[in-house]
This record gives sequence, structure tokens and C-alpha cells, in this order.
Amino acid sequence: MANVVHIMERYEPGSGLKKALSQSRQDVIRTVRESGIKGRGGAGFPTAVKWNLCAVVQSEKKFIVCNADEGEPGTFKDRLLLAERTDALFDGITIGGYAIGAKLGIIYLRAEYTYMRPGLEAKLAERRTSGLLGTSILGSGCNFDIEVRMGAGAYVCGEETALIQSLEGNRGEPRNRPPYPVNTGLVGAPTSVNNVETLIACAHILAKGPEWFRKFGTEASTGTKLLSISGDCKKPGVYEVPWGISLADVIDLCGGEGAKAVQVGGASGRTVPAAQFRRKLGFEDLATGGSIIIIGPERDLLDVAENFLDFFVEESCGQCTPCREGNPKLLEGVQLLKHGKCSIGYLRELQGLGRTMQAASKCGLGQSSANAFLDITEHFRSEILGRVSERGQGSGAREQGRAS
Amino acid sequence: MLATERESLRHEIAELAEKFEHKRDGMMPMLETIQEKYRCVSDFAMQEVARQLGVFPTEVYGVVSFYSFLSTEPKGKFVIRLCRTLSCDFAGKREVARQLENELGIRFGETTKDRLFSLEYCNCLGMCDNGPALLVNNDVYTRVHPELVSDILEKYRRMFGPASQLEEMEAHHA
Repeated sequence: MANVVHIMERYEPGSGLKKALSQSRQDVIRTVRESGIKGRGGAGFPTAVKWNLCAVVQSEKKFIVCNADEGEPGTFKDRLLLAERTDALFDGITIGGYAIGAKLGIIYLRAEYTYMRPGLEAKLAERRTSGLLGTSILGSGCNFDIEVRMGAGAYVCGEETALIQSLEGNRGEPRNRPPYPVNTGLVGAPTSVNNVETLIACAHILAKGPEWFRKFGTEASTGTKLLSISGDCKKPGVYEVPWGISLADVIDLCGGEGAKAVQVGGASGRTVPAAQFRRKLGFEDLATGGSIIIIGPERDLLDVAENFLDFFVEESCGQCTPCREGNPKLLEGVQLLKHGKCSIGYLRELQGLGRTMQAASKCGLGQSSANAFLDITEHFRSEILGRVSERGQGSGAREQGRAS
Repeated sequence: MLATERESLRHEIAELAEKFEHKRDGMMPMLETIQEKYRCVSDFAMQEVARQLGVFPTEVYGVVSFYSFLSTEPKGKFVIRLCRTLSCDFAGKREVARQLENELGIRFGETTKDRLFSLEYCNCLGMCDNGPALLVNNDVYTRVHPELVSDILEKYRRMFGPASQLEEMEAHHA
């Protein structure tokens, strides 16, 4: 199909790294800048800007951290990349480390992926033997090593400052920014935190050049994006597509015909109704870390909202009030709606609360946790209002014995 | 806890701390190692970690209580974590959950009397294209259906060997 591309598939191990090490640090960053790549984790911060901010700081100690805390509901592309694209990934981390002037790269792997650790460690050992890691990599005089550190089961640790807190042996509570990690990161040293997919893309960019990368995607969203597609579709899986693809085309790709909504970007993303399926994926419109959950015509959107809010109530770190107190209130509201017991006046109040959470929460978790609730209560009013209680108590509504 | 067990745990924690040069950023790997071996981080272990790293025990408690893979109460030898995220939910998580409860005779959040299994929900396991998914310790199972549940459990019951069967029977008669 025309919409599927495979630009991130073939990669000669060491090829991007070799090119990077033959250039100056500034040239590496310039190449990445020219490619126009933005962070693949979802926030979309330009990678070259991050690396440059980190590179210009004078410091003996610097770190590059690969964020492999893939916890966004519906995202599984990193699982695949960590298992099958390790050469490009380690090249990418090493290139980033070289560019910013770090001696150590850390892969922060989520506890749920512990079974992947032995494979990664074995691959790292192999690279040390073959001279792609360690002292004077490929005879360049550049020293660099990578270690794997484990998370311990906390969604919020995908947020870069929370991730750093966790690495430092603290509760994974996000810090205020500024100072940004590029200045004051891990143990106070300049630190660049990059997504797995971003680092792999950078290895490809170094190997094949920024023009090659820009051939794909749109002006503001260059390159391709890996989508993790699941839910009510015939062909779930990981797809590589150029940025700018419409949701309708995504649905075509995966066999999700008849969907009444698509959840773009996971629990923290947007619930897009069928009427808006012409919208396009990209930083111009629907930015996403790649989670696409197809919601079929039979699904109850209040179940969807309840599932996500349950998740946020559990995963909120509890530090800031809008997120800690707001999510349980929204969850309660969804349950009222399910039982047909929510007045429009109260719903309006809850929507106001959701917008407050978006504006006043400290980190991305709280700022985005109300998204699905707001989208569903805006776009699916006829479905959620005035329910008779049988429907609210139907097969989908109850989850017995849920751990709190 | 017996005095000798305390002594050996104290010794182990001292060795771990040594490995991480008594630095605070060694805390997570230390706690993970202790959790894996002892199925929990006990009060005593938290005090020892604190002492070795030069922080207050409450700081260690703050960390242990924050992460879902660390616990202050002992977990079963095998911790079953069923993914509760939307895609697995769509794929039939509820039926698997009910069957797990039926087979184990416990509810989510509980541990069997013989201390063999703990049953929990967890958030997205990254197996959304192959749901419903669950973890048993670090082993991942995908496309789980109720029929499969008892086979999976049986595999781990057998791993425990004959001793467990005795314990199980005792638990059953208790």
C-alpha cells in the first residue's frame, strides 16, 4: 500500500555512527537539525535543539538517556524496536552521546519489559567486543558506554524529569521546569532524554543524510512515524507511515472500517470522532507518540473514558492538586453519566474542571489526563446523556474486584 | 524473621551498597534486587538500605511505596499481572480476570494462602496487538483466553515442585 513505508527497516550496523564520528559534534547536530526531526515520544520537541542546548553547556559530566519507559496505553512500537532494531538504537544513543559530549548513555527500561533486558545486555557486550562501544570507539578517540537501568512500574516516569528522579533513586515525581534537564538533569549534570524511536531515526539520518529523511512527511513534520495500532481492527500491529497521513487512511490500513472513534495518542491523547477522520497525523494537527486505538461501533465511550480515568487516578503521582483531585472527580462523573444521573449543569462543571486540569497541572500527565473526557463529552453527547440505568449497568460497566 | 536471616540480609544489602558505592542513585537497583529475592522490601530491609545510603528510612519507604513493582508486604512466588488497558479490555480481559479469580480462589490484590500466586492488575504491557496480555513475574503471555488460564497456572504450580502440593493441601484444609 502506498501509505506504508519502510525507511527505518534496513540499517547497516555502525554506518550512522561511523559517519557521525568522522564529523565534528556541531556538524552532527547540524545534520540532525537539517532533517527537521522532532521528538517521537509525543511532545515533539526538536531533537537538534535539545542536543545543542546540552552540547553548549560546559560540564565534565553529561548524560544521554534513552527513554524506553513505553507506558502510554496502546503503545508498543518500542517493544519491537528494542527487540529488532538494537543496532540502530545503540548507534543512535552513541551518536547523541558524541554530539552532546556525554561519556555514558543510560537506557531506562520499564519494569514490564524486564524480559528484554538479557537481550539488550548481550548486544551491548557484543558491541564492546567489536569496538562500537567502550574506549576510542572505531578508533576515533571517543569514549562511550551504555548501561541499562530498570524502572519499577510507574507510568509517570515516562515524563523526562520524573524519569531522572527515578534514576536518582527517588519517587518518580516530575520536577518543575525550568531548569530543564539539558542544563540540570541526572545528578545535576546536563542530560538529554530521547525516545527510542527518535534515536533510531537519528542513526538513519546520519547514515543516509537529512535530505533523504525530509523526502517523507510534511514541512513541519518530517520523516515517518511508527504507529502502534490496536483495538477494533482486523490487522493490529506496528506500521511505519509518513507524517501527514489521514486517520481515514490509517483505518484503511489496519482494517478498522466502521470505527466510530479513534483514540490518538493513548490515554493522554485525543478521542477523534468519525466526522473528523479527515484529520491528519502530524505536529500541525494530531501530534502523537504513535498510539492508535480503533474504537468500533459497538463500544461504549463511557467505558473508554472510565478505563482511562481509572488509569490516571492510579498513575497520578499525587504531587499537584489539579491532577490528584481532578481525576477522581472526573471518574466519578463518568460513573454518574453511566447511571444516567448527571445533570447538564454538573457535566458543565466537570468540563470546566477538566480545562482547569489542562491549564494548571504540573506535568504532562495531569495536563492531558482530561483530554479523553473532554473529547467524549463534547463529541458524543447523544450517546452519553440521559442514559437509562440498565445500559449503565450492562456487561461493560462493571469491573468486579478491581485492585485499587 | 530469624536473627540469622536478618544477619544475612544485612550482609547482602551491605554488599549491594558497596557495588553502588553507597550512592543514592543505586537505590532503585538495590530495591529491585531485594524485591526479586525476598518478594518484598521489608521494614528491616528498608532500614538497612537507608543506613547504607545515609538517608532516612522514610525516604526509602517513600520510594518503595511509589512503584507498583515494589512492595512492603510479601508477594506470592509468582506475581500475575493482568493488563487492564483499553485494547486488552476490548480483547476480552474481563473474562480472563474472572477465570483467574476462579482458578486461584482469590480476588485481585490478594495472594493465595500457599503464597504461590499474587493477582494484580497492571497498566499497559505493550502487547496491545496481542491482547489480552498478562505477566507472570517476567514471563509474558499474549492472546490469553479463559481456557488457557489453568494451563498457565499449572505450569507454575509444577515449577514449585512437590513441596508446594503439600502446602497447598494444608492451605486447603486450613
